[in-house]
Amino acid sequence: MPELTEVTIDKEIDARGSFCPGPLMELIRGMKALPVGGVLAVLSSDPGSAKDIPAWIQKARHDYLGTFPEQGYIRFVARKAH
Amino acid sequence: MEDRMSLIVFSGTVDKLMAASILATGGAAMGLEVELFLTTWGLEAFRKGHYKTNRKVSKDFEEYGPVMMEQMMAKKVPSWMENLIGAKEVGDVKILACSMTMELFDMKLEDLEPIVDEVTGVATFVERAKDGKITLFI
Repeated sequence: MPELTEVTIDKEIDARGSFCPGPLMELIRGMKALPVGGVLAVLSSDPGSAKDIPAWIQKARHDYLGTFPEQGYIRFVARKAH
Repeated sequence: MEDRMSLIVFSGTVDKLMAASILATGGAAMGLEVELFLTTWGLEAFRKGHYKTNRKVSKDFEEYGPVMMEQMMAKKVPSWMENLIGAKEVGDVKILACSMTMELFDMKLEDLEPIVDEVTGVATFVERAKDGKITLFI
């Protein structure tokens, strides 16, 4: 898994304070809007996201670039693969 | 078996509609076909405009109702209707109205929220649910 500093994030969505499945929905919407190859980050403070978001990225066959824990929230990063 | 989740939405209380809407959202997000069969009080909750004033919660936890509604407002939790609109945006979600309840309550499709797709008989719903992987009664 790459270091966060090696990845250029094209768009970051702040979904902190949003409830399950809000952050996942933000990620799905964000992915739709992004061109293929674009990198999206979503910030979430919802504990459900830790499993839901990677599961969706895998299911939707995008490139999961990693989970980066911050103070009180997590930054999820993925690249749109198709 | 098909990747389908069928929800029978019988209850018209906000707590259970919330559960149904979140399950539908999860199903839609994970690529399942989702079908909601609205019947009895579940269908009544989809009468045009009703969701805006519906504050009912399950009888067994009635005393928590006002606190729950207050918390949902304070924490800006999206309403069950907003969840369903979001679920339809991201996935394949069909909302079906039970024809028997429609007759019982003298309803027409135009009396219901536009999110409801069509009127269906129970046999059609069951026929499709039998091939799906998840069926829940809420």
